[in-house]
Amino acid sequence: MDQKVDKLKALDVITILLMAAAVGMVFFYAPMERIMGYVQKVFYFHVSSAWVGMLSFVVAAAAGGVFLRTGNKKWDIVSFAAVEIGIVFAILAIITGSIWARPIWNTWWTWDPRLTTTAIMTLVYIAYLMLRKGIDDPAKRARFGAVYVIIGALSVPLTFLSIRIFRTIHPVVIAAPGATSAAFDMSAKMLQTFLFSLFVFSVLYIDLLWHRVKLGRLQDDVEQLKIASEG
Amino acid sequence: MKAMLAVVWKDLKAEMRSREVISAMLIFALLVVLIFNFALELEAGTRASITSGVLWATFTFAGTLGLNRSMAQENDRGCMDGLLMAPVDRSAIYMGKVIGNLVFMVAVEIVVIPVFSLLYNVNLINAGLILVVLLGSIGYIAVGTLLASMAVQTRTRDMLLPILLFPVVIPLIVAAVKASSGFIQALPMAEIQPWLNLLIVYDVVFLTVAWMVFDFVVEE
Repeated sequence: MDQKVDKLKALDVITILLMAAAVGMVFFYAPMERIMGYVQKVFYFHVSSAWVGMLSFVVAAAAGGVFLRTGNKKWDIVSFAAVEIGIVFAILAIITGSIWARPIWNTWWTWDPRLTTTAIMTLVYIAYLMLRKGIDDPAKRARFGAVYVIIGALSVPLTFLSIRIFRTIHPVVIAAPGATSAAFDMSAKMLQTFLFSLFVFSVLYIDLLWHRVKLGRLQDDVEQLKIASEG
Repeated sequence: MKAMLAVVWKDLKAEMRSREVISAMLIFALLVVLIFNFALELEAGTRASITSGVLWATFTFAGTLGLNRSMAQENDRGCMDGLLMAPVDRSAIYMGKVIGNLVFMVAVEIVVIPVFSLLYNVNLINAGLILVVLLGSIGYIAVGTLLASMAVQTRTRDMLLPILLFPVVIPLIVAAVKASSGFIQALPMAEIQPWLNLLIVYDVVFLTVAWMVFDFVVEE
């Protein structure tokens, strides 16, 4: 057990150093984009946040599936942790995206497939939390959570598809140039910064997930003790 | 199979006696149409795209009502416990509930669609639209029954179902609205086809998944 704590502490330090390096790269290494200027730099962490948000959803659904299969509580703890962390990163992605969009597209929001799907995914996450909040029995809570996160995860790709078809047949009225993608050519330095940011955020995700799972285990222990003392 | 039909028969019989669920859904649906009339200032020559949107919004909200009542009854009257004690496959219970809920929803739709046609002078009685309404209802009820079974077992009960259901059912609503308006406007089949395909995919995926996981939702 002590070994694990040491490993986690080491990971914490590594994560902090990597983040510092990433921030440094974004501001000092990556060149300034000619047309967009400073605001383009949001893109590196914005895409990384979105990536973690979606990855987390997949992890949550997979863990939920394994939980239903095996009945082993630890998978439910992982699933719950993944949803919580996913919400944070999904919301960060939306906020950073809006910050980028306002000067570039002259709007805080558009209903394009990626944005809309991310927003809906966040709503599914939040619904998951509300579902869990409303159940007192731990076993039932874990089962229902797993069922819902699987249903939710299946619906998200279909949502994306439906809005994609929607947009293809009815093109966006506010036709900003390169409206649905960050359409600029990345120089080599930009690409390196971008890939590094993705990597750093993934490491950050693992670090946060590990901490959250530990916390989840403690929460579960406390709950078991409460139930035992009442019963 | 027999168990499934028995569950359907039970639900229909109970409903025939009290008519609680269908009447509540029906009145609610008509009231929603009324509210949309003022909210959107609809008039007789209403555009087809708005028509299908209002129609599906109505069905979505009324459907929630029906699902809540239907599953809450199971919980409150201890019916679910009784069903679970019987030596039947859980999936048969699920399919039985789905078919029962679907009958209620279709019954409401059968009234709302002609009424809407009359109120807004738009002919909604065409085969394509009926098909879309059916496909959409199937998907909605498939997911809705599963999620309602979970929602009624929580503390927040009725309030939770829309929160759980609406984000998940969005692809279905998008496809249903676009396909409906396609048929109302008599667009070429090629334009409507992607939406019909999406509806079918949604129905198949969620019927299958819900049928598989229903066990976990009702076990003790």
